[in-house]
Amino acid sequence: MAVLEDLKNAIITYKPAKAKEYTLQALAEGYEPPQILSEGLIGGMTVIGDKFKRNQIYVPEVLIAAKATHAGLDVLKPLLSERKTKPIGKVIVGTVKDDLHDIGKNLVAMMLEGAGFEVINLGVNVDPDKFIAAIKEYEPDIVGMSSLITSTLHWLEDTIKAIQEVGLRDKVKVMVGGAPVTEEWALQIGADGYGKDATSAVEAARKLVGAA
Amino acid sequence: MYHTEIRSKTQVITIGRDLAAVLIGERINPTGKKKFGQALLARDYDAIRREALAQVEQGADVLDVNVGVAGVDEVKVLPEVVKIVAETVDVPLCIDSASPEALAAALKVYEGKALVNSVTGEEKSLERVLPVVKEYGAAVVGLCMDETGIPNDPEKRLAIAKKIVERAEKAGIARSNIVIDCLTMTVSSDPMAATVTLRTVERVAEELKTNIILGISNVSFGLPDRHSLTKTMLAMALRAGLTCVIMDPMAEGMRRTVKAADLLLGRDEWAMNYLAEYRQYSEQS
Repeated sequence: MAVLEDLKNAIITYKPAKAKEYTLQALAEGYEPPQILSEGLIGGMTVIGDKFKRNQIYVPEVLIAAKATHAGLDVLKPLLSERKTKPIGKVIVGTVKDDLHDIGKNLVAMMLEGAGFEVINLGVNVDPDKFIAAIKEYEPDIVGMSSLITSTLHWLEDTIKAIQEVGLRDKVKVMVGGAPVTEEWALQIGADGYGKDATSAVEAARKLVGAA
Repeated sequence: MYHTEIRSKTQVITIGRDLAAVLIGERINPTGKKKFGQALLARDYDAIRREALAQVEQGADVLDVNVGVAGVDEVKVLPEVVKIVAETVDVPLCIDSASPEALAAALKVYEGKALVNSVTGEEKSLERVLPVVKEYGAAVVGLCMDETGIPNDPEKRLAIAKKIVERAEKAGIARSNIVIDCLTMTVSSDPMAATVTLRTVERVAEELKTNIILGISNVSFGLPDRHSLTKTMLAMALRAGLTCVIMDPMAEGMRRTVKAADLLLGRDEWAMNYLAEYRQYSEQS
């Protein structure tokens, strides 16, 4: 177990190179990829998420910790897909049409991956048709949408409506977030979940797939 | 070097490189303020009156007015709030919305010459916002972003600024009525973010000679002790060519930093503004 503890610590202390090294070492020592993922990588990211929520650490630290998690994840991904290890859920994320903000959305994407979700990141300026095409292609459990400016807020509502119109609304859960979005508004426009920051977005996603 | 004049019914504020930096108070904005947003939805404007008075008391030369929050109809609410702020304080206003219809509705009721915040380099923004600015004889803030987003390269941001200036001049808006926002991004996700902004300020000042504005506090988003970072960025940006700044006049030390920079940059004769600020501050504490 020592190596998994080392891996977890590499993430908590922001060391991507070490995270990769310990992931390889754990494999060499015969640990199974799912255990390395949950106890090492997700274990580390859980600590980071918790510290971020308590304002003990800040955005650059979360980003570098996420980078460390990814360094390990890159090693494990091919092995996990060989073994068909099931992620706890599949999420597509994107920033809505006409909106080019991506820091917060990417932070959520990385935290979700760190928490064991499979994430498909559609990028920024994603129009409703693109969300719908991605729902058809990837059949996700959750669609996560972000809007950072008031002039694009209506696209959250419009995209949900568009998903409804093509008859896919009951196939997916919808989560929304972004600075001008409030929980009340999220419910009002018919979203299933809302996260005021990346950590609460992950908690909301876990709840929606019944993993919380 | 251009002078940008904005006016209320009774006051004129001039922005220019040889003049003291102009402080634009940012607090009339519901983003991230739950109660403020709820008050706007309920059309309860007491909080707005309080914010207006407090900011002017704390040295704001101009007030930014933004009502953008989920559920608010900006076309209806922005003119109402502009009227209320104009009745409450004497300073000129910066009318802030991404909706050309809301901007037009607010400019229609505003008695004075407002600063419109903002137009971008995007075709649909240029086409819709510039005619409104021209029609009401306002000044306008041009954001260094376009369809491709916000470039991470000072020369590319300058190119967008140039495009905005050209298009505005073509639409009959004088360069003296254009203020370029070089865009402050946070250093928490990109360590080079502030240097790109500062270099853009320098380049716009050299090449276009327009006035330059920044919403400064974004630089410190996601980090602790935001005041230290924001104040340092502010001082560096003023040296680079910033002539007006959107900020929280109540934030500790921010106004003092502007006054100190003005004095150090030779635009506060006999340190009159710095001393006035010092005395006012001392009396408060």
